Amino acid sequence: MYETTYHKAGSVSEAASLMANADDGKFLGGGQTLLPTMKQRLAAPSDLVDVTKIADMKGISANGDGVTIGAATTHFEVSTSDLVKQKLPGLASLAGGIGDPAVRHMGTIGGSIANNDPAADYPAALVALGATVVTSKRELAAEDFFTGMFETALDEDEIVVAVKFPGAAASAYAKYPNPASRYAMAGVFVAKGSDGSVKVAVTGAGQNGVFRMSDMETALAGNFSPDAVAGIAPDANDLLSDIHGSAAYRANLVTVMAKRAVQKA
Amino acid sequence: MAVEGIGARALRKEDKRFITGKGKYTDDMTMPGMGYAAFVRSPHAHAKVKGIDASAALEMPGVDAVLTGDQLVGNGIGNLICGWMIHSKDGSPMKMGGWRALEPEIVRHVGQAVAVVVADTQAQARDAADAVVVDYEELPAVIDPLAALEAGAPQIHPEAEGNLIYDWEIGDEAATNAAFEKAAHVTRMEIHNNRLVPNAMEPRAALAGYDAAEEHYTLYTTSQNPHVARLVLSAFYNVAPENKLRVIAPDVGGGFGSKIYIYPEEMVCLWASKRVGRPIKWVSDRTEAFLTDAHGRDHRSEAELALDADNKILGLRVKTVANLGAYMSLFSSSVPTYLYATLLSGQYDIPAIHANVKTVYTNTTPVDAYRGAGRPEATYLLERIMETAAREVGLSPAEFRRKNFIRSFPHQTPVIMCYDAGDYDATLDAALKAADYDGFAARKAEAASRGKLRGIGLSCYIEACGIAPSAAVGSLGAGVGLWESAEVRVNPVGSIEVLTGSHSHGQGHETTFAQLISERFGLDTNAVSIVHGDTDKVQFGMGTYGSRSGAVGMSAIVKALDKVEAKAKKIAAHLMEASEGDIQIEGGELKVAGTDKKLTFTEVALAAYTAHNLPEGMEPGLKEGAFYDPTNFTFPAGTYVCEVEVDPDTGKTEVVNFVAADDFGNIINPMIVEGQVHGGITQGIGQALLENASYDENGQLLTASYMDYCMPRADDVPSYNLSTHVTACPGNPLGMKGCGEAGAIGSPPAVINAITDAIGDNNLSMPASPEKVWALYHAGLKQAAE
Ligand SMILES: Cc1cc2nc3c(=O)[nH]c(=O)nc-3n(C[C@H](O)[C@H](O)[C@H](O)COP(=O)(O)OP(=O)(O)OC[C@H]3O[C@@H](n4cnc5c(N)ncnc54)[C@H](O)[C@@H]3O)c2cc1C
Repeated sequence: MYETTYHKAGSVSEAASLMANADDGKFLGGGQTLLPTMKQRLAAPSDLVDVTKIADMKGISANGDGVTIGAATTHFEVSTSDLVKQKLPGLASLAGGIGDPAVRHMGTIGGSIANNDPAADYPAALVALGATVVTSKRELAAEDFFTGMFETALDEDEIVVAVKFPGAAASAYAKYPNPASRYAMAGVFVAKGSDGSVKVAVTGAGQNGVFRMSDMETALAGNFSPDAVAGIAPDANDLLSDIHGSAAYRANLVTVMAKRAVQKA
Repeated sequence: MAVEGIGARALRKEDKRFITGKGKYTDDMTMPGMGYAAFVRSPHAHAKVKGIDASAALEMPGVDAVLTGDQLVGNGIGNLICGWMIHSKDGSPMKMGGWRALEPEIVRHVGQAVAVVVADTQAQARDAADAVVVDYEELPAVIDPLAALEAGAPQIHPEAEGNLIYDWEIGDEAATNAAFEKAAHVTRMEIHNNRLVPNAMEPRAALAGYDAAEEHYTLYTTSQNPHVARLVLSAFYNVAPENKLRVIAPDVGGGFGSKIYIYPEEMVCLWASKRVGRPIKWVSDRTEAFLTDAHGRDHRSEAELALDADNKILGLRVKTVANLGAYMSLFSSSVPTYLYATLLSGQYDIPAIHANVKTVYTNTTPVDAYRGAGRPEATYLLERIMETAAREVGLSPAEFRRKNFIRSFPHQTPVIMCYDAGDYDATLDAALKAADYDGFAARKAEAASRGKLRGIGLSCYIEACGIAPSAAVGSLGAGVGLWESAEVRVNPVGSIEVLTGSHSHGQGHETTFAQLISERFGLDTNAVSIVHGDTDKVQFGMGTYGSRSGAVGMSAIVKALDKVEAKAKKIAAHLMEASEGDIQIEGGELKVAGTDKKLTFTEVALAAYTAHNLPEGMEPGLKEGAFYDPTNFTFPAGTYVCEVEVDPDTGKTEVVNFVAADDFGNIINPMIVEGQVHGGITQGIGQALLENASYDENGQLLTASYMDYCMPRADDVPSYNLSTHVTACPGNPLGMKGCGEAGAIGSPPAVINAITDAIGDNNLSMPASPEKVWALYHAGLKQAAE
């Protein structure tokens, strides 16, 4: 790790001004992605602005049928929240399947979506549930927030403050984990809106990060059963291929995980 | 604690300090004024070093020095050695390329060190290492061992034309060919043994200091064999004469073979400590460990098994290409030869065997012994082809093996080994029973009703431990003898220190070795301390690897104990005016048989040291040493049964049951033995399902962190069903065979045989990744449909 200066921000505005004064600063969430990258000397921010002690950015509250989750809320807190389990069981189970206990106790939802790893779990939930990302500057629909592999609509100095999830009639997530890292090799989030519309979002498999499966959505709107998606797979040409799985294998996993998510929902 | 002798499940004495975080590892050691080393490493797999510019680095805060290979060579520091000479079948010696601890001219694998920075802090040293500018001219690299042997492949070392190190053979080729000519059935397979990264929990580390007044060096290091390290550092690397060099291997957090070798970094720290004039510490980070700890396995083989009409084995023919990486590590040459091909007879009576082994240089990390070393490769090859042959001829794999078992001992195989004792039916029977082999069909049907493919696989392994005798291994090319030493020091108050040349880095010697003394003298194990890992304390020893500490190390202790006991009895007889033959040792006392006369062990020890009343002519003191050189290898063996369920949708394998029935000879501490087997099987399941060192075509290691290199975790393995069955080893006083590697040796073929049974395709290679299994299964379904 290169030398860096740590700052603890007490409020969103303080975090923004600390960042404005930094040479080449970075916000620090749970550090589960940023710190390993720094330890491997692949990133060398001059300053770290810790946003996890900001009271406004923590905690989970009801929001109509849905929930609002502060950006500094840990995966563990989301996975064990009664509110989330009751309203969006798919989201709670997703958070409970991220990494391992150590990661879940440190990593935050804000850090995860700001990082937008193509194999991260949360992006699938945000897109399928039609969540809104609240930042220090604006509110963004999830589909506008995630712009590509490791890319988001965030400005350098913009902070994710919270994520607002609308309610859903049913939600479920099925993930095939990479055996080594336990990130998703294919993760499919299925959400059924109160109006009967269905959204299916896939993470882990796409070359540009999270994407929706409209063929599956149409099929499920007519017949919400695993069989409805059994014959539908994404085009392998658009999928990731690496030492852990070829694009063709990932295409199969998307179908299998979609079936399992529908089964669970 | 208590009197816990042979066979007691004594809790490990060392665990208190390990579990409470009080172990003392090399990185816990300090020396006044010490600085830190960081290495400048090649980002290329093959490149010319055209220049090294350290000027910017030398200006950075805290930096003392930047040293390069030219300075190392200029100081007369020798090349790294390979300690086992192998001759090709044409009689020519192996072709070894030079390996310098800091490379001044041509780097040959990613991560090879070209310079070292010494600075006040670790962070300063690393920052400055980044600032050293090395001018490389990239050369074409070759990664695949078969490609390296092709005409026109990039030449890695001038000494080894065509990258071929040796072309070696064992067995009778003509007799083997003749066996194949009369065969009723021949099974042929291509068998790969995947490359592994050892991944000891504690990475390598060194702390070296030079005392200018005494002209004496001290090296703390993560070694499985500190005396061998000192010998090599002195005799071959010319760092210091042995009497001027103390090597200490304190608590060491796992080795699995990777800490046998004397690597560049430890040697550079030692050399640089004098040159720079301050003690120097280096601790490998995990990335350096992936790139520079000697890897394991990496064999490509073709195997053929010839059967007669009655399904008795007539012969085995094997061709293996073994990838040794960019340099020949310390014991690399012996692994694919005498530790591998000599085990190809397995548990079977095979009249004719011929094996040809070619070893090859590639632009990858050096490969050397890793838990099992050669024996897992032999077992995997043989047990895969045994299972496949049984399936081809339509025999139960268990019955096919039984039909070919060796049943009379000693048994001379066609590949050097002479097995001394064993009962292969006993371990097979026990394993089949524990696994309910006969009930498998019902379990398979039940799994099918849940949409799962269930399979069962066997492995009947044999291995050779306690490599020896010294004269024999010497005649096969070993540069060292493979005996062990021990010294038993009874203190005047009757407590005991046992000095051993073995080294514990997870094996629990402090407990098991103490149990020997507890058994012999009836003393509390707390009255016994085991001293090891320091060349200033223990006179000499060969260290721990190859499951040798029990069969060889403890045998040396037994010899020393015999001498202590004899002297103690003489003293007791003299003091109690009895005849020596009437003295019995029991419960910590020396008694005169048939009387109530007795002395405590403490009283006898004290008498030895006060020396007021010793037998005429006897020297004072109670301290004896012994060297033990075994008469043969030992041959642990057993049967493993693995049962799996494969998810046909994803190809994911779950190991649902694993049975191990082992014959380790006599056992000192069953709990510790079970721990060894648990770890070994888990490593074997890791190799079979998860682990793989994967390079891209440019020689970059793609699996250089735990995000991509998959180590087995608790939820990847089931609870194991273990049992042991004893045929005592006739070759050593305790009748022990060894248990350290068996799990890793026996398990991979059992796992793969189970998966191939489940999916109905024998051509599965390790690691059996979900994608591979899924693709094979579905290709099979497609073929069946056509
Ligand atoms: C072993 C391991 C396994 C893992 N497995 C999984 C897995 O299975 N699934 C999965 O989804 N993830 C996984 N992760 C990642 C984990 O979920 C991380 O928590 C997450 O990716 C980043 O969150 P963090 O809070 O740790 O952010 P940090 O690492 O602190 O930051 C990540 C990035 O986000 C920025 N950032 C952080 N917070 C904010 C904010 N509020 N506003 C704006 N920018 C911000 C930082 O500047 C940085 O660029 C794993 C991580 C590890 C180490």
